[in-house]
Amino acid sequence: MSLGFDPARESPADAAPPRRPPPLIALTHVSRNFVQPRGLADRLAGLFSGAPAELRVRAVADVSFHVEEGEVVGLVGESGCGKSTLGRIVAGLLPPSAGRVFFRGEDVSALRESRRREVALAVQMIFQDPAASLNPRMRVSEIIGEAPRVHGLVPRSEIPAYVDEMLRRVGLDPAMKRRYPHQFSGGQRQRIGIARALAVRPQFLVCDEAVASLDVSIQAQILNLFMRLREELKLTYLFISHDLGVVEHLSDRVLVMYLGRIVEEARTEELFARPNHPYTQALLKEVPRIEAGRRLYRGIGGEIPSPLNPPSGCHFHPRCPWAMPVCRVEAPPLIEIAPGHRSACHLNTTPATV
Amino acid sequence: MADAPTLRVENLKTYFFTRAGVVKAVDDVSFTVERGRILGLVGESGSGKTVTGFSILGLVDPPGRIVGGRILFKGVDLLGLPPEAMRSYRGARIAMIFQDPMMTLNPVLRIETQMIEAVLAHEAVDRETARQRARDALGQVGIPSPDERLRAYPHQFSGGMRQRVAIAIALINRPDLIIADEPTTALDVTIQGQILYEVQKLCRERDTALIWITHDLAVVAGLADTVCVMYAGKIVERGPVDAVLTRPLHPYTIGLIGSVPSRNRRGKPLQQIPGMAPSLIDLGPGCAFRNRCPRADAACGGEIAPIAPEEGREVRCIHTTPADAA
Repeated sequence: MSLGFDPARESPADAAPPRRPPPLIALTHVSRNFVQPRGLADRLAGLFSGAPAELRVRAVADVSFHVEEGEVVGLVGESGCGKSTLGRIVAGLLPPSAGRVFFRGEDVSALRESRRREVALAVQMIFQDPAASLNPRMRVSEIIGEAPRVHGLVPRSEIPAYVDEMLRRVGLDPAMKRRYPHQFSGGQRQRIGIARALAVRPQFLVCDEAVASLDVSIQAQILNLFMRLREELKLTYLFISHDLGVVEHLSDRVLVMYLGRIVEEARTEELFARPNHPYTQALLKEVPRIEAGRRLYRGIGGEIPSPLNPPSGCHFHPRCPWAMPVCRVEAPPLIEIAPGHRSACHLNTTPATV
Repeated sequence: MADAPTLRVENLKTYFFTRAGVVKAVDDVSFTVERGRILGLVGESGSGKTVTGFSILGLVDPPGRIVGGRILFKGVDLLGLPPEAMRSYRGARIAMIFQDPMMTLNPVLRIETQMIEAVLAHEAVDRETARQRARDALGQVGIPSPDERLRAYPHQFSGGMRQRVAIAIALINRPDLIIADEPTTALDVTIQGQILYEVQKLCRERDTALIWITHDLAVVAGLADTVCVMYAGKIVERGPVDAVLTRPLHPYTIGLIGSVPSRNRRGKPLQQIPGMAPSLIDLGPGCAFRNRCPRADAACGGEIAPIAPEEGREVRCIHTTPADAA
């Protein structure tokens, strides 16, 4: 069996010591809710109608997965599916509402302060919009040099040389380090964001739609940079994207999310060759591809439901061509259907009766 | 004028006269769209594809100005029309769909009000007929229960639904030409599939000509009949979609197709175009791509005229085969 460590079943607290080193990152039963209190008018109306006093969105619902050292895991899903929230939880920017996050087998929430800080530096995030994630009033040298200086990673006197090295590593000319972010193009800004993340010597990068806003030719440059850095620095990635082509190219393994849940997980070749979940199948069919030539589009029927009020049972059932009565009532569990291939669909457990 | 193509753009030049210099956003662009046909206008940001669309509709604002060329809509030169006459075309016979539907929709008016207004602006019909037409248009773009939805405000729709409403408004006066500027870029793949489906159906059923402006070659591959690839204000390659995408001739088109992830072996480095697009300010003569081009030589600094290497194709390059490279 190639799956190895399965944090869902084998959490470090209660299981026998794992045979192999623990995965770099593991999440067990992680959920995240966002609660918005209602305004005065809604609350008054609620007094009479009995509506709840707050709006609750379950952005991430009971998600378990792990990322092995050196692996690139892709996370795909459409807007509002919770993929960015999940990325922020992994990067330690958001605490989960429930469940636990492990870094090399250690529960992140139970760490001592000094170790917690080390872990926080080891996991860095690259954001979608490089313009919004760089301080416009700081020079590039300061943006990249600040964190290693503050955390004492590099002696103060060596910071300038260190910044130059980081810039060279991401393919920028160190002569540009006196400039401000607005003096760079989108692709260059994304390189600055990457250099900033690399400056604290991370082991794990969470890339949230890191190439989505870039032109195709620039996107290829940045993707190549990610792959080169992976080799050079032995980095591990969680690569979040709505672009299946990008994810297919880069990832070893892919997670598919729909409305807060992981609905399918498999190695990349397996997922693209034999998608199991009806949502994954539909998604793959809709991806426009250059090779396909002229064709008729179909589209998955229906809208993406509001996460405020997700459908009962399997969240995908209102759009699913094979929905059965049980899909309306019961959420299918994510079960292994082949080695290393997990899918959450009732069709897998229903005996074929045709 | 029955035989005139729906749209023929000849040597269009739209320049922006800025303090920093002249920006040739659209420079000597020519193409034709026949009835019921879909033209894909592909390019990266700043290549001039949106300004081309705006020029056709007469929406270029100062400091921009159309300084040359002709835009023939069913044989009539739109550039020679007085503003009032142009207004009678815009929204009625030529419609535009924008990337962000909220650019089209007024957030404080009901969908109904906005759609009826679009009809009454161009035709003397009574309100009930106009409302009827609005309802039909919503139905055509696949919006369920159009009667109820007419009474809704834009914020009550999802992104995909809003884009459908914007498309419905574009359709409502049965235009002969629709210019769609990145209409599905902000949408999810599954919703994009739905919109592409509606658009294809429309062009087939109504013989509407369509210009689809996008940066996404893959969308064009499945949708368009003809494709024009723009770079730095010029069309560098033009031809039938299949031919251009399977046998690209211009080094830029080759690079662009090569940098699409699905075209590359998984995990292998992507082919990449080095460098970045040049600034368009005071761009000199010669091929604007030459600084990024593997085939460039001294001759590329001169004036490059488009050549027609085969029937129906045109390419603005003097080194269309690798052997040409010095």
